[in-house]
Amino acid sequence: MLNQLTISELTSRLARREVSAREVTQACLDQIARVDGKIHAFISHDPADALAQADAADREIVRGAKKPLLGVPIAIKDVLAVKNQPLNCASKILGNYISPYDATVIEKLKAAGAIVFGRLNMDEFAMGSSTENSAFGLTRNPWDVTRIPGGSSGGSAAAVAADECLASLGSDTGGSIRQPAALCGCVGLKPTYGRVSRYGLVAFASSLDQVGPFTKDVRDAATLLGVLSGHDLRDSTSVPQPVPDYAAALTGDIRGVKIGLPKEYMIGGLDPEVKASVDAAVKKFTELGAEVVEISLPHTDYAVATYYIIATAEASANLARFDGIRYGARVDGSDPIELYSRTRGAGFGPEVKRRIILGTYVLSSGYHDAYYLHAQKVRTLIRNDFLRAFETVDAIVTPTTPTAAFRAGEKSGDPLQMYLSDIFTISCNLAGICGVSVPCGFTNSPKLPIGLQLLGQPFGEESLLRLAHAYEQATPWHKEKAAP
Amino acid sequence: MASAEIDVKYVAHLARLALTPEEEKQLGTQLGSILGYIEKLRELDVSGVEPTAHAVPMVNVTRPDEIQASLPHDAALRNAPRQAGGLFIVPKIVE
Repeated sequence: MLNQLTISELTSRLARREVSAREVTQACLDQIARVDGKIHAFISHDPADALAQADAADREIVRGAKKPLLGVPIAIKDVLAVKNQPLNCASKILGNYISPYDATVIEKLKAAGAIVFGRLNMDEFAMGSSTENSAFGLTRNPWDVTRIPGGSSGGSAAAVAADECLASLGSDTGGSIRQPAALCGCVGLKPTYGRVSRYGLVAFASSLDQVGPFTKDVRDAATLLGVLSGHDLRDSTSVPQPVPDYAAALTGDIRGVKIGLPKEYMIGGLDPEVKASVDAAVKKFTELGAEVVEISLPHTDYAVATYYIIATAEASANLARFDGIRYGARVDGSDPIELYSRTRGAGFGPEVKRRIILGTYVLSSGYHDAYYLHAQKVRTLIRNDFLRAFETVDAIVTPTTPTAAFRAGEKSGDPLQMYLSDIFTISCNLAGICGVSVPCGFTNSPKLPIGLQLLGQPFGEESLLRLAHAYEQATPWHKEKAAP
Repeated sequence: MASAEIDVKYVAHLARLALTPEEEKQLGTQLGSILGYIEKLRELDVSGVEPTAHAVPMVNVTRPDEIQASLPHDAALRNAPRQAGGLFIVPKIVE
């Protein structure tokens, strides 16, 4: 089925005129009609617009145009602005908002020829680890619909795992790409902070947020990263580094590469089946000629606490813009403060309120130094752990998550337990480095995907992807399909 | 670090966020346990450590000072909950 193809398979078949962009787009739309009632990866999608883009791509193909994603249907997390499409961040507060402009990553996808379609479900404002905090209902894991797909980019992961699109975009602030990719069995890449422009990405925590791809294999992640990356004058944290040919880095040769295994990640809460899969992956890396050594990241245990101060503080400031004045839903009040308070009280869901209150508190007069400034200093220690480790190793390998996908409702009543499910992914954002999750096995009963996380140096995506690709090509996991 | 007590009503006012009494009560309990967990950061001696605001070592980033097209007026107003005469309509601020 065409919707099951990878990007590289599709683009070569499109170039040989064996298939058309319309056929593959229709196959994705048919799959959505068939399975999305069960999965609910999409908040909405516009079939007529997707098919119109497909026809335009087919006309370009006939003219002989060469673009890296020409005719490839790619679905978008509901946190990125796509001109003339709705944008809700899975929240009620944006009302009937229609984006007046394209995010930079969307401009880049369109310029590369992609068919940009759909609004993928997520935790409201990307705050959550299960996609249960959406004002538009739950997204289900395609491997077991009683379980969560992870979050916050749960729709992005589920849509790729269920072959409703060829690839998708998500955002990662503390693991929101890598964690759902692991739980749904696809590849999820968080680029180095500053690699990809954040312009047109609705801000959650500006010093941590990064846009990245969900794909069916590592080669596709490399292709998409090449399209998404690059300096952007509209994002002052975007870094003017040249964009290499990431796909060319996938040589399959990882002999002599040194990989660190942090001893702090082999914690008590780690599920035995997850541990066994990661151990087997480590063995596979040594068979492929890499050297795996134990390393220490001594401040690992402080990452979650540090994150929930910094991320909520930044969120409380960023979300101040949702005040019912310039856009979104409004609840009237007799004066501006009453209008703001009522609008925000009615528009935000429980997790967003929790984080705004926590973030406002840690920034408030008398507490700023004790919480926020202190956390920023601990962040320095966490970052230094990684920079020191990268003096002796080329990459770091860990589980992506402590367990496979948990049941819907299992952790939604206990915010702290939910926060702790991000324990392996959060440090990467605090340190500003890059990370990728690739499938590395399955639990036995039920059969649920397990993810392996590889972490790389700042702007070290080439060697990170080379490692991930070599491992993937030596293992069968990425070829397994969910059957929703 | 300060105690893990949090005056939810006061902080909600700072955040311009209307909460129901039930929400205030629930948030108080939940944030108490989250702040209790965060207390572990007190174990670390950070004297002499510089804070990290973000991980990119760039400062004072500017773009060339050139006039560029901005969002057209009607596009900027299209999503406004209330507008008239090319302006956003808000409650009276000054008597």
